Amino acid sequence: MSSGTMQRREVVSALLAPRQDNLLTVGGLGSSSWDIAATADNPQDFCLVGGMGLTVSVGLGLAGARPQNHVLVITGDGDMLMGMGSLATVAQIQPRNLAIVVLDNEMFGETGGQPTHTAGGTDLAAIAKGAGIPTTGTIRDAAALQDALPHIHESDGPVFYVAKVSAEMPPTVYPPLDGPFAKDRFRAAVLGDGAV
Amino acid sequence: MTEKSAEWPSDIFTVLREREISQICHVPDAGHDRLIRLCNAQNDMSVITLTTEEEGVGILAGAWLGGRRGALLMQSSGVGNTINALALPAACRMPFFTIVTMRGEWGEGNPWQLPMGQGAPGALEAMGVTLYRVERAEDVTNTVNAAAAQAFNNQCSTAVLLSQRLIGAKGFK
Repeated sequence: MSSGTMQRREVVSALLAPRQDNLLTVGGLGSSSWDIAATADNPQDFCLVGGMGLTVSVGLGLAGARPQNHVLVITGDGDMLMGMGSLATVAQIQPRNLAIVVLDNEMFGETGGQPTHTAGGTDLAAIAKGAGIPTTGTIRDAAALQDALPHIHESDGPVFYVAKVSAEMPPTVYPPLDGPFAKDRFRAAVLGDGAV
Repeated sequence: MTEKSAEWPSDIFTVLREREISQICHVPDAGHDRLIRLCNAQNDMSVITLTTEEEGVGILAGAWLGGRRGALLMQSSGVGNTINALALPAACRMPFFTIVTMRGEWGEGNPWQLPMGQGAPGALEAMGVTLYRVERAEDVTNTVNAAAAQAFNNQCSTAVLLSQRLIGAKGFK
């Protein structure tokens, strides 16, 4: 059982519902990508359906290539634990336009709900802070989420938040599973039709 | 030993500039030291030091999504750290371009370098990466250019393997 009580889809809706035109989202394998797809099928979202551990890195590369956009990485605790080194790399670069939100249900949701290290006391926000990311926090309720939203969307980054969510697994909503289609659609949306 | 005056690192740098490759990711290797310094001195190139090579595969994918070309510089031991990550450019038909300095061959002095050095080409090929091997300094420019052209023109994965014969074997005894 997760120590979190927030509903993951409500958290993602709050992150993406009032949406700025310049926001680009990178979603992590797998429930986080389903949550983003359930919120909207937006071509400015790129949802990973593989490559576990790489989500923050994809966001970092995108943020560097697109300084005129704001990049929001939404991923899970399992993916984040596999790519913890990427937080140290983000801290070296200090991208102003990158925010990371980890939906932490303290379990590997796609594989049977086995507990992750965050169930055993690992504090990802403390790790991010220790890595050198200046703005970090752990969100446990709707009020704290509302307080964090301006930092996630408007602050000079990088910012990193853990959102503690419950163990519920909402119905799967797939983003585009065909990688070339997803990539071309994203690049056309961001760079124009000439990019594909 | 490495020839300090060798020109091939600056030949690679020239190709990177001509191919508009501006996102450089690396876990450092002595064989890449000069190239990394050249890139660091270039204001319009972003050079990111990684904690592990697989991060670089993700960063280059993100850069490509945003319209930027990149390259991953690593040594052959790092190839093993990238394997699952290489599914990302393969599954999405994105370009992936890497330049690998080889260890574990041609007079290698460290027995711990042999397994991954010997296994790196097969591991890359198993993940669908096309290999371009360089043995001689005079072949560096053409080979790096061809490998980069193939990756970015066809949106596929290519690796240049710079042989230890070219770089110079590291003496342990």
